[in-house]
Amino acid sequence: MIFFKEVILGFRYWVIASGWCFFRRNVNDRQDDIERAKTEGKELTKEEKQRLRKEKKQQKKNKEKKDEKASQGSEKEKKSGSLAAAAPQPPAKSTTVKTPSAVPAPAPVSVPSSLEAPAPVDKPSKTKAELKAERRARQEAERASKPGKKGEPGQQAASGKQKAPPSELQPVIKRLPEHIQVDNPDVLKKLAKKLERQQVMGLNPTKKIPLRLDYGYKVSLFSHLHQYSRKAPLTQQLSIPSTVIHPAVVRLGLQYSQGIVAGSNARSVALLHAFKQVIRDYITPPNEELSRDLVNKLKPYISFLNQCRPLSASMGNAIKYVKKEISNISSQCKEEEAKSKLLNCIEWYIKEKIILAAKAIAESSIEKINNEDVILVYGCSSLVNHILFEAFEKGRKFRVIVVDSRPRLEGREALRRLVQRGISCTYVLISAVSYILPEVSKVFLGAHALLANGYVMSRVGTSQIALVARAFNVPVLVCCETYKFCERVQTDSFVSNELDDPDDLMVTRNGKTQLESWQEVPSLGLLNLVYDVTPPDFVDLVITELGMIPCTSVPVVLRVKNVDQ
Amino acid sequence: MPGPYKETDLTERVEAFLSDLKRGGSGTGPLRGSAETARETTALLRKITAQARWSSAGDLMEIIRKEGRRMTAAQPSETTVGNMVRRVLKIIREEYARSRGSSEEADQQESLHKLLTSGGLSEENFRHHFAPLKANVIEAINELLTELEGTTDNIAMQALEHIHSNEVIMTIGRSRTVEAFLKDAARKRKFHVIVAECAPFCQGHEMATSLSKAGIETTVIADAAIFAVMSRVNKVIIGTQTVLANGGLRAVNGTHTLALAAKHHSTPLIVCAPMFKLSPQVSRYHNLLLSLQVKSCEILSKVNVHCPVFDYVPPELITLFISNIGGHAPSYIYRLMSELYHPEDHEL
Repeated sequence: MIFFKEVILGFRYWVIASGWCFFRRNVNDRQDDIERAKTEGKELTKEEKQRLRKEKKQQKKNKEKKDEKASQGSEKEKKSGSLAAAAPQPPAKSTTVKTPSAVPAPAPVSVPSSLEAPAPVDKPSKTKAELKAERRARQEAERASKPGKKGEPGQQAASGKQKAPPSELQPVIKRLPEHIQVDNPDVLKKLAKKLERQQVMGLNPTKKIPLRLDYGYKVSLFSHLHQYSRKAPLTQQLSIPSTVIHPAVVRLGLQYSQGIVAGSNARSVALLHAFKQVIRDYITPPNEELSRDLVNKLKPYISFLNQCRPLSASMGNAIKYVKKEISNISSQCKEEEAKSKLLNCIEWYIKEKIILAAKAIAESSIEKINNEDVILVYGCSSLVNHILFEAFEKGRKFRVIVVDSRPRLEGREALRRLVQRGISCTYVLISAVSYILPEVSKVFLGAHALLANGYVMSRVGTSQIALVARAFNVPVLVCCETYKFCERVQTDSFVSNELDDPDDLMVTRNGKTQLESWQEVPSLGLLNLVYDVTPPDFVDLVITELGMIPCTSVPVVLRVKNVDQ
Repeated sequence: MPGPYKETDLTERVEAFLSDLKRGGSGTGPLRGSAETARETTALLRKITAQARWSSAGDLMEIIRKEGRRMTAAQPSETTVGNMVRRVLKIIREEYARSRGSSEEADQQESLHKLLTSGGLSEENFRHHFAPLKANVIEAINELLTELEGTTDNIAMQALEHIHSNEVIMTIGRSRTVEAFLKDAARKRKFHVIVAECAPFCQGHEMATSLSKAGIETTVIADAAIFAVMSRVNKVIIGTQTVLANGGLRAVNGTHTLALAAKHHSTPLIVCAPMFKLSPQVSRYHNLLLSLQVKSCEILSKVNVHCPVFDYVPPELITLFISNIGGHAPSYIYRLMSELYHPEDHEL
């Protein structure tokens, strides 16, 4: 029998606690079943395997809890044991990106303290109400187990249904991403623990993913974000060879943190290629299922990459897709078959969502480019460059103004590529935008992500260009594939952003570097933002592979996509 | 001193000043602030008044106009030179009128009347010789010099009226006037300053180091982040190169973007500009294009690179001007202009 979902654990715990002895008996029965099955030589069923895994996990957690709360009595441990047995982890949960491995940790930790009070009182006598509650609990459990046998969508529906009633009694725990809670010391502690837990079981505990430390003085407005130095990549703290992280992933992490692979399309494609390598090299350990174990293998890699450089929205969507595909692999599939299936899925994703989408977008954008146009582009967007190349091949006569900004100076790369194709270009810095805009007929911008409230998240400076273009009545077109659409909402550039290495702002002019000793001056801070959000009223049109839509139609597209899946 | 030596000495001085101006503009010579330029110009004009040979006000004005034209031609973007020349011309006119005995107001009314009846104040009016004119003019120029020396302090004194505690103030590039303004306010109030670095010369870095050494919490941001952080800014305080007759500005590159962002967030834009920056005439959108160091030289031949030095900011985007004589709205600038310069001197 599969027991309760962890979300409603907090509510059910007092019920379970009062009837712990009853459940304890059940657990013993089940364990006898399992032993019988083993001795009879039958292969463990899916649920039994799950239960074994869960018990293993819970026992590990109990050991941790024992160390933490050494003062607690033995009955607490027994209670925790029963709770552990009762705590189910349906397969559906493992597909969500932010696998709430941290949620059971706070929940059992907080609950035993609350249980201490009611438990001693309830234990001696079991009132009629408690018996009723136990029966109710059992019925809920049976109801939960039935859809679990059907498969995932059913389970998701069941979990949705089961989530609904408790939400009236207890708010659903919404998890904020860790990378925007740097100013909260509890969150940092949890992250450190998570990294420890994600090490390979049984190995030397020092071979774990290190925690990257922040660098330099952080501007107070951004104290909730990480600020890393490029000179101290995470890979320096890893031992060689690293048995925890696959070498392809280590290489990828280094490429991210040094800025060798930059741009959201490039990063996503590199990530998917690294995952393909991981899958090729993966071997299912005995007594484990590929669909579950591979996802667990990917978790430490994702934490590692997140520390090298915070994940982009497109990468997040790609990871969600890969995890879903992995968990959709049925247990009947042989390993080789499963692996080739996964590799094909990933290749399909890259082909469809990135390459073909770019082609479709280029085709629709060409209608918007006329002869004798002067087009303004900002920075280096692979998609916008692709559109310009296609338009030039088709014979449109236009010239391009490339706007660039310190400290990344990505526009130079775009300039180089455009000039190599033979497109006539002009180059300016972003402060000269209001000087050059009277000549411009259109502005083409790329996007890092499109948020659900219509805001465009893109390289810092995009919103400025859109603002000045609006002031001069020049149309602004944003080009974005649908896989970058994100369910987050954001209204300003502060709450969720990325802080790059502050040392990049230093510059040497006439042999003198003004800000050389900025760290020594206590009241001086350097701020190197990476992203900003553009309000939808500055953007005239968004060109996606599904067509040309206004900025405000992003949630509609997200809804359509969710229904399809 | 014998005459010829005076003249050669004078011409030497003038030539030295002209070459300084030329070099300052091309970036090879020492970069001086506009206050310094104004003071040097005025001192030079005083020397010309004292040492050149002239008999009537008209002669003097001719000489000064001639020198003024040469000076403005040496460095057209340095408008303070022309402004000071015009101020001195106005001083000469006033002193002449005072010597003649007529009041100033009568003159102004007269000019309008004259416009309708015969034609403006004719040149021959300035042919009279007045012995004390020279002394009066030199005295008036001395007053102008003392005014120039006190401009930065006068502006900085008004700082506490405009900055309150815990404010976030944004500025761009480097302006000595704004630096003095903020440092004066920092003596009594605690606030935070965000400096946009203003590429490609990144003068904002110097400003930031200087402000942080004075104990002000400073943050340096890239130009691209101006709009991103504007939502947290309470006031924008900037300096400018020139104030135009319509109340607009000719300011350092990037100021227009800053002004637009401030307008979008309804943040007040305050311009600290001393009176000598008011200019009735600017050479027709003369905008210097300076060289931009681009590393990859092979594509440079196929690419146009623009690097304007100045931006035009229209008066609608400006909230307040703070000058050494107090605060004004942009719509009042034309009136100040008419008090400082005579309309006939607008074209040197």
